[in-house]
Amino acid sequence: MMSFNPNDLVAILPELILLGATCAILLIDLFLKPSQRDFTHWMSIGALAVAACFVWHGAPAPGQGVSAFNGMFLHDGISVVLKQFVLLMSGLSLFYGRHYMRERQLLIGEYYLLILFATLGMMLLVSAGSLISAYLGLELLALSSYALVALNRDSSVSAEAAIKYFVLGALASGLLLYGMSMIYGATGTLDLARISASIGQVEHPGWLAFGLIFLIAGIAFKLGAAPFHMWLPDVYQGAPTAITVFIGSAPKLAAFGLAYRLLEGGLGGLSEHWTLMLAILSVFSLAIGNLFAIAQSNLKRMLAYSTISHVGFLLLGFVGASPAGFSAAMFYAISYSLTAAVAFGMIGLLARKGFECEEIDDFKGLNQRSPWYAGIMAIAMFSLAGVPPLFGFFAKLLVLKAAIDAGFLWLAIVAIVFAIIGIYYYLRVVKVMYFDAAADTSALPLPTDVPLRWVISLNGLALIVLGFAWGPLFDWCNRAFGI
Amino acid sequence: MAQWPLLSVLIWLPIAGAILVLGLGRDPRVARWLSVLVALATLAASIPLYLGYDAAAGGMQFVESHAWIDALKVHYALAADGISVALIVLTTFTSVLVIVGSWGPIDKRVSQYMAAMLALEGMLIGVFAATDALLFYVFFEAMLIPMFIIIGIWGGPRRVYATLKFFIYTFLGSIFMLIGLIYLHMKTGEFSLQAFAQAPLDATEQAWLFFAFLIAFAIKVPMWPVHTWLPDAHVEAPTGGSVILAAIMLKVGGYGFIRFSLPITPDASQEYAWVVIAMSLVAVVYIGYVALVQDDMKKLIAYSSIAHMAFVTLGLFIALALVRVHGNPDAARLGVQGAMVQMISHGFVSGAMFSCIGVLYDRLHSRMIRDYGGVVNVMPWFGAFFVLFAMANCGLPGTSGFVGEFMVILAAFQDNVWIAAVAAFTLIIGAAYTLWLVKRVIFGEVTNPKVAKFKDLDAREWIVLGSFAAAVLAVGVYPKPLTDLMDSSVLQIVNALMLSKA
Repeated sequence: MMSFNPNDLVAILPELILLGATCAILLIDLFLKPSQRDFTHWMSIGALAVAACFVWHGAPAPGQGVSAFNGMFLHDGISVVLKQFVLLMSGLSLFYGRHYMRERQLLIGEYYLLILFATLGMMLLVSAGSLISAYLGLELLALSSYALVALNRDSSVSAEAAIKYFVLGALASGLLLYGMSMIYGATGTLDLARISASIGQVEHPGWLAFGLIFLIAGIAFKLGAAPFHMWLPDVYQGAPTAITVFIGSAPKLAAFGLAYRLLEGGLGGLSEHWTLMLAILSVFSLAIGNLFAIAQSNLKRMLAYSTISHVGFLLLGFVGASPAGFSAAMFYAISYSLTAAVAFGMIGLLARKGFECEEIDDFKGLNQRSPWYAGIMAIAMFSLAGVPPLFGFFAKLLVLKAAIDAGFLWLAIVAIVFAIIGIYYYLRVVKVMYFDAAADTSALPLPTDVPLRWVISLNGLALIVLGFAWGPLFDWCNRAFGI
Repeated sequence: MAQWPLLSVLIWLPIAGAILVLGLGRDPRVARWLSVLVALATLAASIPLYLGYDAAAGGMQFVESHAWIDALKVHYALAADGISVALIVLTTFTSVLVIVGSWGPIDKRVSQYMAAMLALEGMLIGVFAATDALLFYVFFEAMLIPMFIIIGIWGGPRRVYATLKFFIYTFLGSIFMLIGLIYLHMKTGEFSLQAFAQAPLDATEQAWLFFAFLIAFAIKVPMWPVHTWLPDAHVEAPTGGSVILAAIMLKVGGYGFIRFSLPITPDASQEYAWVVIAMSLVAVVYIGYVALVQDDMKKLIAYSSIAHMAFVTLGLFIALALVRVHGNPDAARLGVQGAMVQMISHGFVSGAMFSCIGVLYDRLHSRMIRDYGGVVNVMPWFGAFFVLFAMANCGLPGTSGFVGEFMVILAAFQDNVWIAAVAAFTLIIGAAYTLWLVKRVIFGEVTNPKVAKFKDLDAREWIVLGSFAAAVLAVGVYPKPLTDLMDSSVLQIVNALMLSKA
């Protein structure tokens, strides 16, 4: 039964390369002086880039995904798309974080290693073919993230955030494991494909439903869907901004992958149950995310609540349990992570030593001192709000369409009502940047980190370009789901 | 002419110009000249559109269609019929005057202001030219962004409140339309307006879609009772913003009724025409009285805009009853034609009125009627222009304001005498608030010593007001070129109204 096929190694070549590079960086970094940290920086970005090249090169032909290691590892179109963007977002967060971490004496080797390990975890997660590999990937991501949040160990806020994240994250992992054990008990297998095949013939369907509920709770926690969202605002606010950039972007793609693999890949036969559960989670997320975001004065916290509302939108793609819907949800996850990276990255760009620039009022009068970055930030805000012709609008269009096609017209209407409420707090950021006079801190110079300035500008402009040319990306997502 | 993508040029030239102005406009003088050049080039490009449109043949011309998103059958599809051509020329014409008119008053962050205006111009042309519903929606929403910025940065003291209200109100309306469009896409599999118009829809579907469209366009027009954003936005907006808002952005609402409500949901439109007609009549009478008591000039003109735009909706929806109940397509044609002429005419008149108020505001920095009086004694030329536009605003024969309202009332008369009688109230109320405004601002003794020091129009203001005056008189005295341009397109709309979908 269990046999080793050398070809399996080809399927996980990008992961192996990333793992090898990470271990090498771990060793090399030990011998570097703090002043030579840039070497680690570029090596890490290089490792991510090489891994991305191999993902690209090794992509299977459309519709011809393979599974490796006896079904533990899936190598298909979906995993390729998600891995590319996970690697891209991790690379972006390294660009956005260097300047911020250096000014706070936090630019240590562990920052790079933990991000690389978390990235590796996400790559395994989105390729998971069994409950075990999904769990292992998830824990690699989660444990690295806990440590990343606590990286600034002298800050009590960060420590508090990390503890909250760890305790609640462990609880969620427990829920997930418990659900997995119920499903294992009902079907007698950990392999997602075999679980899916045996759903009709299980002896105790009640166990399956029971396991499903725990699974959904765990997934909702990882996604940050209300009412399992409690950790998210505290963690986003408490983590150093450079870390928030990372945990706010790439893990959303991974969480989408987790939800897709477990729910559709494993429990697709129970979709009549979980679509409704996800629809309810979506309503809660939209309501809580948007309403609480209005009351925030801290931009990181506001964006955290906005994340919750975006998860609500993302779940609209799931309610149809159709390939077109999943494709729309994946498109939404990509759009959200690209946009959120700009928003969080801008907070990091404007922050100084001793000045976090994380209050909304800290952005006052940005248009006067730097029209360019004010423009980039405004693009990100309008994109998050879903105003055409920006990228975020088309992502919203696709998930709304998915929900309406699935017969959830009421859900689409709920979603747009909250989108209208939500637009207020995004406009407030534009308002302080453009309409308010600058505060005293405006005299602070912009950072001289040239790659940071270029990359964040390109990332912002990409939101416009993808607003016009979103067709190829949409086609790519569709092909991944065999449409 | 067919090889040259004229509509694309008209849309993207000002938008590219906006980027150029942002990039090169460090020096305000450069920004001003560059933006005028771009606006003039766009106006010049719209002349072949007018000359090249074959009015006798009618229908959609200058067709461009490229696949945008294959998977959803979204097209970058543009075309123009007579109505679009008229509105596009109105846009390019007004934009030049707005940019010239903003040379003096706008002195901070000039390049951003000019860029926002040019981008807005391109998006407005895009709205009038799009024949793909998603493309229309993209332009329809995108134009909120520059207007939000224009009111928010260069507006008056309560600008933040006004601009947030403007944005959220308009966004609220249009997003329901988006749901309607997605629903229609589900039914037809594509986003082209033509396919939507041909899609069979039962009465319930039509009713839902009708109200989704009604919310979007009623807020944009705006109709009573969803008009409350307009006075705030107008009062706080800089002069140029007010002119664009009144002259063109409101027309997008009326245009939307023609392109969406009437052809896609004809039966629901007929069934609920009474709602729209009632709302229009309330606007004519009630909003007219509201205008009468204003002591802020801009607010007064804003309310008068609402009352005048009510004739557009009245003309469009009275046509349904005329076609379907009375079987009188000629009168229906008159109603639709009147609505269209009213749109163009109101564009000129309201733009001119707001420009006049801008001229006064630049001198005294007050919009209050009581601060003025006897302006004609020190500014005779300005007084002459103001009186001319005031006359057009109350619909004096010989000015453009008369033609459209007369045609709509005439059409209404053939449907129901009482509707016509109520609508005709505008002649009294409109005259009352406009002439009273003239009396208090222009005539009388000079009571405010600051007014006594006013200088008459400078060359720049002459160009703006002179151009508006020429347009108002041209449409008033000889409207035939305008009606000829739109006639065959109007006929097509009326013919389409006769076909039931259910």
